[in-house]
Amino acid sequence: MNIYDLPDKRGHFGPYGGVFVAETLISALDKLREQYDYYRNDTEFKREFENELKHYVGRPSPIYHAKRWSEHLGGAQILLKREDLNHTGAHKVNNTVGQALLARRMGKNRVIAETGAGQHGVATATVAARYGMQCVVYMGAEDVRRQATNVYRMKLLGAEVVPVESGSRTLKDALNEAMRDWVTHVENTFYIIGTVAGPHPYPMMVRDFQTVIGTEAKLQMLETYGRQPDVLIACVGGGSNAIGLFYPYINDESVRMIGVEAAGKGLDTNEHAATLSKGKPGVLHGNRTYLIQDDNGQIIETHSISAGLDYPGVGPEHAWLKDIHRAEYVGITDDEALEAFHALCRFEGIMPALESSHALAYAAKFAPTLSKDQLILINLSGRGDKDMATVAQMSGITL
Amino acid sequence: MNRIAQTFAVLQSNRKKALIPFITAGDPGPANTVDLMHCLVEAGSDIIELGVPFSDPMADGPTIQRSSERALKHQVGINSVLTMVSDFRKKNAQTPVVLMGYANPIEAMGYEHFAARAKEAGVDGVLTVDYPPEECEEWVRCLQQHDMDAIFLLSPTSAQSRVARVAELAKGYIYYVSLKGVTGASHLDLKEVESRLAELRAAVSIPIGVGFGIRDGAMAGAVAKLADAVVVGSRIIEEIEHSPQNELLNNVRNLVADMRKAIDKQGD
Repeated sequence: MNIYDLPDKRGHFGPYGGVFVAETLISALDKLREQYDYYRNDTEFKREFENELKHYVGRPSPIYHAKRWSEHLGGAQILLKREDLNHTGAHKVNNTVGQALLARRMGKNRVIAETGAGQHGVATATVAARYGMQCVVYMGAEDVRRQATNVYRMKLLGAEVVPVESGSRTLKDALNEAMRDWVTHVENTFYIIGTVAGPHPYPMMVRDFQTVIGTEAKLQMLETYGRQPDVLIACVGGGSNAIGLFYPYINDESVRMIGVEAAGKGLDTNEHAATLSKGKPGVLHGNRTYLIQDDNGQIIETHSISAGLDYPGVGPEHAWLKDIHRAEYVGITDDEALEAFHALCRFEGIMPALESSHALAYAAKFAPTLSKDQLILINLSGRGDKDMATVAQMSGITL
Repeated sequence: MNRIAQTFAVLQSNRKKALIPFITAGDPGPANTVDLMHCLVEAGSDIIELGVPFSDPMADGPTIQRSSERALKHQVGINSVLTMVSDFRKKNAQTPVVLMGYANPIEAMGYEHFAARAKEAGVDGVLTVDYPPEECEEWVRCLQQHDMDAIFLLSPTSAQSRVARVAELAKGYIYYVSLKGVTGASHLDLKEVESRLAELRAAVSIPIGVGFGIRDGAMAGAVAKLADAVVVGSRIIEEIEHSPQNELLNNVRNLVADMRKAIDKQGD
């Protein structure tokens, strides 16, 4: 394979990505691209970003050998990249720090974000407080109801949370609404997108900010194990934690990369969010990618036990990595994810997010097929405190 | 000469400006659309923009979003929209129909299949909100092969280089979005429209329509003074939304007729 160097200048990963937005948004995206092109190579900007990641986020996050669980599974050794130990409890903050710093350089004092479960909303509200910016978070009205704790968390951090009543009143509608806000208030507003989707330069920019995960992992693996892992596994909703881990490994073809989507109640049902396994290419939210849609090209509501994976699209770079067979994408059901959640709690004393539990669940199936000297590195993208109500409910327990 | 060019030629020779209303196909129900289209023509419309409902209308404000949702409740998709255009054509062979919507329903059907069927149904032009010129060369070629016009948007923030690129690709007319934001906003700045249109005319040879923020006859008249066409969307949708079924056609007819009158008065 040639050295991987994507996206192209207009944000394409093969046929995917690009800029599919109304004319009214084009100039805002042009300016963002210009500014980001400049600052991504600016020494002072990079220094400030690294400094914030170290002292505010608490990086580097360790790689932890889940020894007891590995022994129990009886195959490959399972290593966890502990993004759950970041400030705010997930990988999301790597990106919001980066974009907020860029917003400051661009002279924007108002940031907006979309959120599903509220994790990206919390990460955005957090950095807005840190840098003294006004913050508005759009959240589907249905999600506001389901995620009351995170709504309150964002409010405590000083953000305004706007419930979105249109469409299916979930994440995709929150994204539509945030875009509408941005196009109306573009002079003073920076839109912090939470995943590697949206129009160029977002998929590239969010990836760049998240690659700290994989870059650290490469160094840590060499230091501690003297070699790189055989397999990388990460969950994929929009795909930001997965691309953050995968990207620095793309040119190293000896490392297998597996993205795990939410199979919900099963890939053979209509209740899942397995975009790459079951979707078809199309255009949504500013980019061409795989989408869960009906025959008329209308976007369909998805389902997952984990709100963070419950999205009908997926980052365009994952679409391309799937098509060129550089990464594999598989599905894990709600029940399998829940089982892995409990396993990690019991064997390792680590409570994973339900999103990350999908990656763990696939590793639990896959590890026994490998030998004991092989290494699987899983991106443990977030911690599970936020999911306790869901887990209790799934287990038939009232708190 | 196709229907859109023909329409503008006749208007120009009569020193009149075009009135282009927008409605969403299937709003409030699928049975209303063809009647509403005829009613728009009777009230003095020159071209009809027919919205193709989409689940995620990112560039639209709440009024048009709601119209899309009402239509989708009745499962109105691209296939039923094309059937509506065919039905409309049974009694109307002159009035151009422009489909306006988002890329994904077209992607789902496939360019070639969509273009062939749209042409057969009697569609004259297509405006795809989220296909900027950089991303749609193949699509534009496909429309051209089927003798339909690719209608494009320009906005107050469009850089000069983009205006030139759009001018190359666009046919029929160009839709100048007169303000920043989404459809249905209400703060149109006539002075700015005037100076911007003067710049656009230097680069664009086809007619220019102005829309976004036109709420009444007075505003329609004022815009008609500056532009070749006046596009009215959200205000009509509001009328549809608030009208009981038995007053629907009357209310829409009165509203559009008022705008027609105001536009023609401006030309006197």
